Amino acid sequence: MNNRNRRLNLVLAVAVAAAILLPWYRIERGFYSFSWLGDFPQTDATAPGILQLFLHGRWWLLAVFAALAGAFAARFVTEPMRRGRLLAWAGGIGIFLLALQGLAIGATGWTWTISETLFGQLANGQPSMGAGAVVTAFAFILIFSFGLAEQGVMRGDAFVVSIIALLIFLVAIFVFYPIGSMFVGAFQDFDGSVNFDGFTRSITDPSIWSLDCVIGGQRCGVAWRTFFLAIMTAAGSTALGLAFALVATRTRFPFKKGLRLLTVLPIITPPFVIGLALTLLFGRAGVVTQGLSSLFGVEPSRWLYGLTGIWIAQVLSFTPISFLVLIGVVEGVSPSMEEASQTLRANRWRTFWRVSLPLMKPGIANAFLIGFIESMADFGNPLVLGGSHGVLSTEIFFAVVGSQNDPARAAVLAMILLCFTLSAFLVQRLWLAGKNFATVTGKGDSGQHISLPRPLSVAVHMVVIPWMIFTLVVYGMIIFGGFVKTWGLDNTLTLTHYAKAFSVTIRDGSIAWTGVAWNSFWTTMEIALISAPLTAIVGLATAYVIVRQKFVGRNLFEFALMMSFAIPGTVIGISYIMAFNLPPLEMTGTALILIACFVFRNMPVGVRGGVAAMSQLDKSLDEASITLRANSFRTITKVILPLLRPAITAALVYSFVRAITSISAVIFLVSAEYNMATSYIVGLVENGEYGVAIAYSSMLIVVMVVVILAFQLLVGERRLRRENRVAGLAKPEVPAFSQEKTA
Amino acid sequence: MNPSSGSVVFQNVRKTFGAFTAIHDLTLTVDPGTLVTLLGPSGCGKTTTLRMLAGLEHPTAGRIIIGGKDVTMLPANERDVSMVFQSYALFPHMNSLENVAYGLQSSGMNKKEARQKAEHGLELVGLAGLGNRLPAELSGGQQQRVAVARALVLEPQVLLLDEPLSNLDARLRRRVRTEIRDLQQRLQFTAVYVTHDQDEALAVSDKIVVMKDGEIAQEGSPRDLYEAPASSFIADFIGEANVLPCEIIDVSGAQATVSIEGLQHVVPARGARAGRGKLAVRPSAITLEPADDAAFAGRISHAAYLGDHIEYEAETSGGTLFVVDPMVDRPLSPGTRVSIGLKTRGIALILD
Repeated sequence: MNNRNRRLNLVLAVAVAAAILLPWYRIERGFYSFSWLGDFPQTDATAPGILQLFLHGRWWLLAVFAALAGAFAARFVTEPMRRGRLLAWAGGIGIFLLALQGLAIGATGWTWTISETLFGQLANGQPSMGAGAVVTAFAFILIFSFGLAEQGVMRGDAFVVSIIALLIFLVAIFVFYPIGSMFVGAFQDFDGSVNFDGFTRSITDPSIWSLDCVIGGQRCGVAWRTFFLAIMTAAGSTALGLAFALVATRTRFPFKKGLRLLTVLPIITPPFVIGLALTLLFGRAGVVTQGLSSLFGVEPSRWLYGLTGIWIAQVLSFTPISFLVLIGVVEGVSPSMEEASQTLRANRWRTFWRVSLPLMKPGIANAFLIGFIESMADFGNPLVLGGSHGVLSTEIFFAVVGSQNDPARAAVLAMILLCFTLSAFLVQRLWLAGKNFATVTGKGDSGQHISLPRPLSVAVHMVVIPWMIFTLVVYGMIIFGGFVKTWGLDNTLTLTHYAKAFSVTIRDGSIAWTGVAWNSFWTTMEIALISAPLTAIVGLATAYVIVRQKFVGRNLFEFALMMSFAIPGTVIGISYIMAFNLPPLEMTGTALILIACFVFRNMPVGVRGGVAAMSQLDKSLDEASITLRANSFRTITKVILPLLRPAITAALVYSFVRAITSISAVIFLVSAEYNMATSYIVGLVENGEYGVAIAYSSMLIVVMVVVILAFQLLVGERRLRRENRVAGLAKPEVPAFSQEKTA
Repeated sequence: MNPSSGSVVFQNVRKTFGAFTAIHDLTLTVDPGTLVTLLGPSGCGKTTTLRMLAGLEHPTAGRIIIGGKDVTMLPANERDVSMVFQSYALFPHMNSLENVAYGLQSSGMNKKEARQKAEHGLELVGLAGLGNRLPAELSGGQQQRVAVARALVLEPQVLLLDEPLSNLDARLRRRVRTEIRDLQQRLQFTAVYVTHDQDEALAVSDKIVVMKDGEIAQEGSPRDLYEAPASSFIADFIGEANVLPCEIIDVSGAQATVSIEGLQHVVPARGARAGRGKLAVRPSAITLEPADDAAFAGRISHAAYLGDHIEYEAETSGGTLFVVDPMVDRPLSPGTRVSIGLKTRGIALILD
């Protein structure tokens, strides 16, 4: 009981402090500028909640403070069950009222007409929530959790209940609230009034849905083009990935190590870089184009810009991912099955076609869906190569940033994109889930995989080797591209691009970062470094809750979370702008929105790593710790975390790297003050400064390689990418790889 | 008696997992300083009972009282019990001393004192000097002892043991179970011990609680259970038994005369009345004599030589009998016709 009172006292004290010591509303110049300290607490802008209520006419805050008072009263109830019930109600009602008043009352008064007609006009509105309101919200969540714990929920473990409640709260705010806002945004005009015109106009727009190309017309709508492209990319990358996987596991190919290295590439390659390299090779002024032109007189054309170019770039980008998935699938086929087949007088050909391949089928379908989702979500390559033949993700972008400036259209396009990817995700989760033949690794499964039938072996080599060389050429282009003056036109070696981007001069004894890239580079590093640990914490906490705790709605929670991973970055980007540009939560243009975006987009890394690692930890370790008088917190810090160290490192490195390479969501969220490397590079590409762009990109790649290697040396952890290579489809977390966006 | 050892009381405890009822209505008392075994086939609810005592599960209804204090809703880390896990659950990243000291430090003891006490704990289980070994560097039996030491140093009111021997090989199992019993007798702590192995239960317990389908089938001393099983389930579970239908001819005082396949026999009456009944006959209580003609006749269908005895299966008009015969010098080959007789001990009337 003592312990219960202690933690409750603390939270109540924090809530009271938030109400009287912190500015309730958002400070225009930023909370951490502390400029508000001078005016605190008198002015309308800086006043704490309690003064807002009494001096500035924000009477609706009374409801929120009443809930807080309720929690206070409940604290002195002695009967434990009743006290728990009261606390849970006070916390729950508090958070509900806080959210309700925030949504209902905007800057100029009521947001909804219904409340205006009911209660009459308000004298004044309210700005976005600030420090006071946010801290109070967290206090309510904790009070709610303590209340549940005191009623015996989760075996009375307040720590666990709080974690679950906080996670649900955060995911709701940063994933589902934005998506919801976006849906609402599709039906709104600029002034916020409900208007179905824009929605109807967009959803029936022939430029989206037209099927002209099928019946011989000019071109199809963007939705269909994106869909066709995704099918083609998925088919291409799956076929290539399978060929690579077969070569890597079933032949005596001499460079298998090199093949495996290939799988690291998509982690460290910013998604548009492949497109960029292709431009330098095959664009109108590309090396190959120019070479062919001067040697054979082939007229340079713009064939690369359009679906073909995007397709090549995407297949290059996603083949390693599909390779990685399919290695697990190919190795997951139990060798004893193949041996059994051979002892049953089947030759290698028959064994492969009748036993091995059918066993791999669900895995191949999975890889196909992954390729489909990746292609749909890809933003970088279409942006660089799409030209006027955009796909959904780029169309969304141009609908908000271009001259169109039509958020309703962007929202509709985003909804269409979301429908496509979520359908693929649902197919993957629900249809494929039960169809897994791949054997889980473990005992009693000895034996050797048989090698491929000879003709097939020759065929896959003939696919794999040229493609490997092509990949090497493309990556070579990325590395050396920055050292050439103007590719195709003036092939003299130069360092000017690097100098322009990364020059440093020493002036008056201090270093001046004169290169154009430094600003965005340091911002990127700073934000990546801040978001990496947060991502790891949120991800691992989620994994802990999913693996170790049983609670009502756990499956729903897990499913919703996994589904949120299938949301394309572009959709997240557009929905973040729509959600966080206006009260009650305003974050656009800050570093906070970038960090939030990274944390909740890269969470799957931590979740998946944590789930895989934690499933391998015997649950009785936790229980032993608990019966040895340790509380959950001590159990986590002393037992679970030390044993999860490799997973933590992987999550840290990975989320750091992905924060650097991400573009699709980021490009919507950057501001002049907080510009990220990737969006800066895209800007360079749009200005035609390919040299600097490629120099900057290769610099990023080098930085990431250094970071990864440094971590590996430090921790001695070699499996950065996956916990279990061979599990194939066996565990849900392995195919969940799919939900991770490189874009 | 150990001053810290406490009693355990379950009062009408029920536990459901969704639609499945693991424990129906359990009422049970464990006296201080005794070792009580929860015995039963898998899925009978014995582990759930133990976990509720540890606080790892909370009952759906009813009360649990440890040492006179109601702990029903108390979280596991606030209960004065400790547990030895089936897998031992030693923390692999801590050496054995740190493992043993872990609980002491969780309880707020300072590091130095905790280490001293942990050393003492290791000494108690005969592992002095092995404190700096990691669990992976210990043998299975040593790991098991570290697990026991880790639980004991907390001086809990009740020590819980969840199938502590199941990960040891057969020879070691016998030795370790003797050690555990000795330790319990020496330190006089209360222990609740879960197992599915009836030999183990008979060997270590003051009282055995046999569970079946989430309910107590019978509780009592090992001798009670073996000699006076309440049901054919108990008779067969605690030492095998042939359950045969019989006719109770006459009851006089504590003795009853029964007739089985024409054979008359006198057994403890256990309150039975004349009429139809059932008899639990231990495999070793049956004698076989080669004979072509007998009142209770049978035919050997299987024979297995096991060194110090021979196991037979004999087909009779009343069904197949399982017989353990110590006369290894006189083997009976399958097909032999035999006359079946009963010894005086090892036969009990069953009342269900």
